[in-house]
Amino acid sequence: MSENLVTVVSFSLFLFIVFLGLFGEFLAPYDPLATAASNTLRPPSWTHPFGTDNLGRDVLSRVIVATRLDLSIALSAVALSFVIGSALGSVAGFWGGWWDRIIGRFSDTIMAFPLFVLAMGIVAALGNTVENIVYATAIINLPFYIRVSRAETSVRREAGYVAAARLCGISEIRILATQVFPNTLPPMMVQISLNMGWAILNAAGLSFIGLGVRAPDAEWGIMVAEGATYIVSGEWWLALFPGAALMIAVFCFNLLGDGLRDLVDPQRRT
Amino acid sequence: MKHEHFLDVNELSVEFQTRNGIVKALEKVSIHVDKGEVLGIVGESGSGKSVTAYTIIGLLDRAGLVTNGKTAFDGMLLSGAKEALLSDLRGREISMIFQNPRAALNPIRSVGKQIEDVLLRHVQASRYNVRKKAIDMLDQVKIVDSKRRYWSYPFELSGGMCQRVMIAIALACNPRLLIADEPTTGLDVTTQKATMDLIQELTRNRNMSVILITHDLGMASAYCDRLVVMQKGKIVESAPVVKIFSEPQHSYTKKLIAASPGPKSQLADLIDTTDEMSEADIEQLDKPMQQFSQKKSATPNILEVSNLVKEFTVRDSSRFRLPWSGKISSHQTFRAVDDISFSLKRGESLGLVGESGCGKSTTSSILTRLLDPTSGDVIFDGENITSYSSVQFAQIPQRAKIQMVFQDPTDSLNPRYTAKDTISEPLKQLLFIKKREALNERVIKLAKMVGLPENLLTRFPHQLSGGQKARVGIARAIAVEPLLLILDEPTSALDVSVQAVVLQLLNKLKRDLGMSYIFVSHDLNVVRLLCERVMVMNRGKIVETGMADDVLRNPQKDYTRNLVSSIPHFEPGKKVA
Repeated sequence: MSENLVTVVSFSLFLFIVFLGLFGEFLAPYDPLATAASNTLRPPSWTHPFGTDNLGRDVLSRVIVATRLDLSIALSAVALSFVIGSALGSVAGFWGGWWDRIIGRFSDTIMAFPLFVLAMGIVAALGNTVENIVYATAIINLPFYIRVSRAETSVRREAGYVAAARLCGISEIRILATQVFPNTLPPMMVQISLNMGWAILNAAGLSFIGLGVRAPDAEWGIMVAEGATYIVSGEWWLALFPGAALMIAVFCFNLLGDGLRDLVDPQRRT
Repeated sequence: MKHEHFLDVNELSVEFQTRNGIVKALEKVSIHVDKGEVLGIVGESGSGKSVTAYTIIGLLDRAGLVTNGKTAFDGMLLSGAKEALLSDLRGREISMIFQNPRAALNPIRSVGKQIEDVLLRHVQASRYNVRKKAIDMLDQVKIVDSKRRYWSYPFELSGGMCQRVMIAIALACNPRLLIADEPTTGLDVTTQKATMDLIQELTRNRNMSVILITHDLGMASAYCDRLVVMQKGKIVESAPVVKIFSEPQHSYTKKLIAASPGPKSQLADLIDTTDEMSEADIEQLDKPMQQFSQKKSATPNILEVSNLVKEFTVRDSSRFRLPWSGKISSHQTFRAVDDISFSLKRGESLGLVGESGCGKSTTSSILTRLLDPTSGDVIFDGENITSYSSVQFAQIPQRAKIQMVFQDPTDSLNPRYTAKDTISEPLKQLLFIKKREALNERVIKLAKMVGLPENLLTRFPHQLSGGQKARVGIARAIAVEPLLLILDEPTSALDVSVQAVVLQLLNKLKRDLGMSYIFVSHDLNVVRLLCERVMVMNRGKIVETGMADDVLRNPQKDYTRNLVSSIPHFEPGKKVA
């Protein structure tokens, strides 16, 4: 791993983000929800490195604490769409025929909507909660998992080792689960990593337009949304810092993809 | 001034920058070709034959670096020449025919246009006569109906036809040197002969020099004037063809010649001196499992196949069909296996020979019950196994009695399984051995039987060599002590010296374990070494069966005769001038 600088950088960045997510509330210098009427809209200073917002809350603390919420929304959404998507995709790729047609058209249907609008619609219909953001994000990402997993499975279904497993009398479903599916993981890992970035953006985007996370809670998207109105009057730090945090997180997950693939690829193991 | 060769490669060294440091691909390779001469470069995979060719025409991979040596073509220095000059030379003066014609042709451009591209690039034709010239080239490579074929796309042509188109492209501008890099790999023997004869005829007429790169000594002997033998990036021997075969100097050349099965060689002749395994290691196995040689039942035939037919439905893609218009009544079928019957005795081995598409793979899939036949019976060990569907068959104990060794040792091993995992899979599934110690013991025993060193058992497939992977595949197949082993071209992906070892191993296992073999192959010479009887198939039908030596020496049918005579091999005295 050490031979690749990009992988090292992205992995350390990833660990840092996870660390903030886990221990953010202990690291934050101030209470992210404590308002201070005498101390509003202060620019970055030594006491408040990221400044304070319109209610006098410390922006740095809010950015740190928001990590957990954003990360957990993204993680659970990605986990959900990975599990369901790869199951559907493997079935479609392995058995083909009617499975393939039905699952294929299902994912086409999802793809036919503008994905963000679909997510908005889902959250609006199901109710304005954090869980529903997770479901909406998971659903709009499903087709990508289905497609990657279907393609990877169908090229491997005729492989020699699959025929060899049949000669051992292993049932079809077990062949899919133990012989084919693990071999589709390396490309799926890239998908997962890229998707983490999208999921974070998506969650932030939904909060930005006022869906999902409610006002006092710290979340990057909602912070950008609240801070955006102040940019015109010169208080740029309200939106810039959560926005930068968002960007760094997405950037990190995009870089992580290649590293992750190497990690699960047996060819790289020794 | 000394005599100048037409092509002179002097002390060429090439290195490759890889993840694991620098790899020396070529070390001080010197070759030369004279006008009108056919030089053969032979060697096994990784010996640097292709790198030599690519370096000559300046198409070396970006990771490769020429560290030493000079290449001169007709007095012109090629090494260090500008890319513009090289790309001007390529195609016009020096042409190349690649290994896989289907990959080398552009799939979305008609073949005629692709010939035109070369002609136009090198200003050998104008816009007005280029089509005529392209069609003329197609005629010269003996493509029938060239006017219509001009518009064909590569996927519409057979492998042999694609290679003809490649030859047409290579020769379109009348180059003076042709480099053919394994031009017939993946082609059937009869197609191979036709292709090679065509190359020979065309190049001889134009007095072209040819470099023929091949791993097949037989082919090299039939079409080359002089041979260069390469091993691990070095030239070990260089001599005229007749001399190389009659009095080889280097031990590697001797080994290579011995390992190439000819029409007369015996299995024992393919001397086994491979580096990775000595015969002693294979030999020392304690008493082989003899359970089944003892319980010989009354039926002398282990396998009886009668009137086996397999039909595939051909999808009619020319007509657009609406989903609600229902099934078309007269769907077309294609008979891959057309009413074949044969039997196999216990402990006997039968060779199944034919060219691609003759139905031999379909037959073996039906016999292993991976595929359901359309009609016909397969009676195995006294029981009609076609009465079970392939799904049901997976559940019954007979499953363990028919096993298979696959064609491509790389493709048939799960890349995520270690050698040990792979070998223990059938033991766990079919013999229900779950205890780790018992499993370990069996796997080690099997590894010993196939001559796989124990320390390699924890390795993943990509860490094993081709021969070692083949051994893992064989160990997996014999793990459950099958009565019938189907070998689907088990050596076609291997180098000749490794092939020799694997064939000997298979022969020894058959003797020790009393298995019956069905050996599926396109190579009659290889089949003859391992099988008493052969069966020649063509278009789903059995053309000829008989004792292997008889069929090879005295074929009765035209098809077989054609097949046998197409195999190139070295015959002293027969050398064509």
